[in-house]
Amino acid sequence: MADPNASPARFARTAHVARKEWAEKTARAAFFLMAIAMVVPLVVIVSYLVWRAWPSLSWDFLTDVPRRGMTAGGIWPAFVGTLYLVGISLAVSAPIGVLAAVYLNEYAKDNWFNRLVSLAVINLAGVPSIVHALFGLGAFVYAAHLGLSIMSAALTLAIMTLPVIIASTREALASVPVAFREACWNVGATRWQTIRAVVLPNSISGILTGVILQVSRAAGETAPIMFTGAVFYKAVARGDLFPYRLDEQCMALSMHLYTLATQVPNVKESMQYATAVVLLGSVLLVNAAAIALRIWMRGRKKW
Amino acid sequence: MGQPPKIEVENLRLAYGAQEVVHSISFDVRPNEILGVIGPAQSGKTSLLRCLNRTIDFSPNAIVSGSIRLDGRDVRATKDVFDLRRRIGMVAPLPVGLPLSIYDNVAFAPRCAGLRRRGDIDAIVERCLTQAALWDEVKDRLDSLGTALSGGQQQRLTIARALSHQPEVLCLDEFSIAIDPVTTMRIEDVLKDLRSEMTIILVTNLTQQARRLADRTMFLLDGNIVEIDDTPIIFSSGAASQKTRDYVNGVFG
Amino acid sequence: MTTDTPPVPTSQRRPTRSRWAVGAEKLLEALIHVSGVSAIVFVLAIFAFVFRVAAPVLVSEHFHILQFLFSPEWYPTSASHVRYGTLALTVGTLAVTALAMVIAVPFGLGAAIFVSEFCGRRLRETLKVVIELLSAIPSVVWGFIGLTVMSRLIVDYTGAPVGVNVLNGGIILALMSVPIIVSIGEDALKAVPDSYREAGIALGATRWQMIYRVLLPAAKNGLLAAVLLGVARAVGETMAVLMATGHAVQIPHSILDSVRTLTANIAAELGEAPVGSDHYRVLFLTGLLLFAITFAVNLTADLVVRGIRKK
Repeated sequence: MADPNASPARFARTAHVARKEWAEKTARAAFFLMAIAMVVPLVVIVSYLVWRAWPSLSWDFLTDVPRRGMTAGGIWPAFVGTLYLVGISLAVSAPIGVLAAVYLNEYAKDNWFNRLVSLAVINLAGVPSIVHALFGLGAFVYAAHLGLSIMSAALTLAIMTLPVIIASTREALASVPVAFREACWNVGATRWQTIRAVVLPNSISGILTGVILQVSRAAGETAPIMFTGAVFYKAVARGDLFPYRLDEQCMALSMHLYTLATQVPNVKESMQYATAVVLLGSVLLVNAAAIALRIWMRGRKKW
Repeated sequence: MGQPPKIEVENLRLAYGAQEVVHSISFDVRPNEILGVIGPAQSGKTSLLRCLNRTIDFSPNAIVSGSIRLDGRDVRATKDVFDLRRRIGMVAPLPVGLPLSIYDNVAFAPRCAGLRRRGDIDAIVERCLTQAALWDEVKDRLDSLGTALSGGQQQRLTIARALSHQPEVLCLDEFSIAIDPVTTMRIEDVLKDLRSEMTIILVTNLTQQARRLADRTMFLLDGNIVEIDDTPIIFSSGAASQKTRDYVNGVFG
Repeated sequence: MTTDTPPVPTSQRRPTRSRWAVGAEKLLEALIHVSGVSAIVFVLAIFAFVFRVAAPVLVSEHFHILQFLFSPEWYPTSASHVRYGTLALTVGTLAVTALAMVIAVPFGLGAAIFVSEFCGRRLRETLKVVIELLSAIPSVVWGFIGLTVMSRLIVDYTGAPVGVNVLNGGIILALMSVPIIVSIGEDALKAVPDSYREAGIALGATRWQMIYRVLLPAAKNGLLAAVLLGVARAVGETMAVLMATGHAVQIPHSILDSVRTLTANIAAELGEAPVGSDHYRVLFLTGLLLFAITFAVNLTADLVVRGIRKK
């Protein structure tokens, strides 16, 4: 008596099965193409920008000051200005952000007040950059009498980067298992002693990654600084590392790109592209460093 | 005998929100005894320990009433809760090695308490690891990570940590559920030796473990004390309650 | 077992922490609490300071709130007949955002499905790095690309008179929003337990059928959140649309028309409006309007996202 389960007809490749296989293959290919549709623009954009920028890219371009009404020369003041803005804004937002995240993750009880604080952080993260500019104007330039200056612009950038630093630091802190904290409390350690000995050292890489990513964001934003302290043109000595006072306005790389592309006539196209390449290149480099840090730290896990 | 009790619990009630889990229990713990606490899961055994060292404070919806007196002073009224937690050692069910070196694991509590001198700390580390029956295995690699040890070693490391702050009372909460029988037996020997220095409360789901180690045993069921008496009595047919005899003989639980 | 322990010190004196250490810790914990509360302070501050500048115009004789919200006539500098209608700007924002989502959502979700379900580990890591780098491109660079590259392409291929228009802005915004949609969408798909997938396959479904019938319905909240966050990004974007959509304050009739968005409008006119004038204050009021819109969208998205992460 033949065993019906052994019949080859059960596993035959009928038309129905063939159709299913074909549908599967098509679906896989379609999704693959969609994913590739992300890689392609990045590669194409970066290559095209570099290609068009090539005639103007040089060490001189970076270190020289703009000449002849910015149609020639370099971008040094803008580059240095961006360094000032990013440095000061992160010096303000990183400590506050990390401490705020420590509060939210380690100290805050689950009550309505702390839920409100969490909500505030999310809200702050979603504010459009132009509204940050308006706030900077209203609060720092006018109310605090800082005027149009590097301080105003940097503080505006600080408020902009603060919520994301809080969120990424919280994630890093939360990745440390609760069991470690409980073991510390059981031997009479205070909350801070626990944080200092176990929680912070084991989340520092996540915290650093979050801060570094905000460096690139602060460097790339234009609107918040356009109206609070970044300016069209400022006379600066070539290659000078400390050309600005904090109460002065400054040039910035992001603002400079906007200026060259829309406000100054007769700028060589390759110069515009070169400015874009320097800005984009710096930003991508910083991000790549953060990603590399994260991958390296993943290999050194302690538990 | 005739010494005042080390711990006096009077009408202790604990509720998580609206649900009461410990229903007004009262009992004493005598100095230098091993008190076994047995009972099925969800009886309130762990909650009881957490009330003792005030880690119940970390549960936001826990409501505690009644009194727990350590050497006559109510733990709920104490000002320095950290000092209280150092006077009571706690060993959790799951072994936890902190992600620090073995040395730092044991040095952690003394340092938090303010001890600074290297020599003093060295002495404490060696003494506690020896008392916990771990010294010989790790003395050559005190710098290696605590989390890299085996489960049984990490549990002994936890005991060493618990001993490092000179507790007067040592509480163990089902310490053997995640470790092998050989390590369990070694730790049971350690506990027998420690009895001369401190009072021990041993919460366990292994009734035979209580029978081996405890001087007196308390049977906790659904947040109520069914019976508390000398161990030989609890485990014999002379136990006062039928429920005790049933539990001890494995009829339920 | 031998207990060859070193002797316990005879004076069982318990060590205590120095007053300095306790004091420093209290100070640090105070700082921590202050920092935590600061986030609320800053959000309220943003609202307060912008409102402070905007408020006086609400009672000005030339300003009418209904006109502000629903009229397409934006003539802030007219000498004789000043009008502050933002409808054209709002429609401009909606048009560009809608077009961007039409492009970005299918591609973004498709890529998320690929990365989550069809991808090998190495390829997944590479793609995730690419997504992160794509999302790091500054908005002014995107605007620059729109202004130069995309504009030329559009003029060449569609015969439009000007290359900066809804189409340009829509494409650029799509490229900017895709990374968010992919990464949150992938989180949402990862959050669906493997048991769902296994159940589908066990019933004889192919991978695609399983995705379509089991996975997507299970992850729909998170995928919705991903789209909402993409929308929020697009609505709030300033520099890219400023440079890529042109300068016409008008309700567009085709995607080849130039428009201006709410965000770009503020950026374009803020520098020229006299400080303290009605025009200036109306621009701040527009900022408040934007604040409210993006708040609503972000809040909705976050409520949904936190729902999945908790599972």
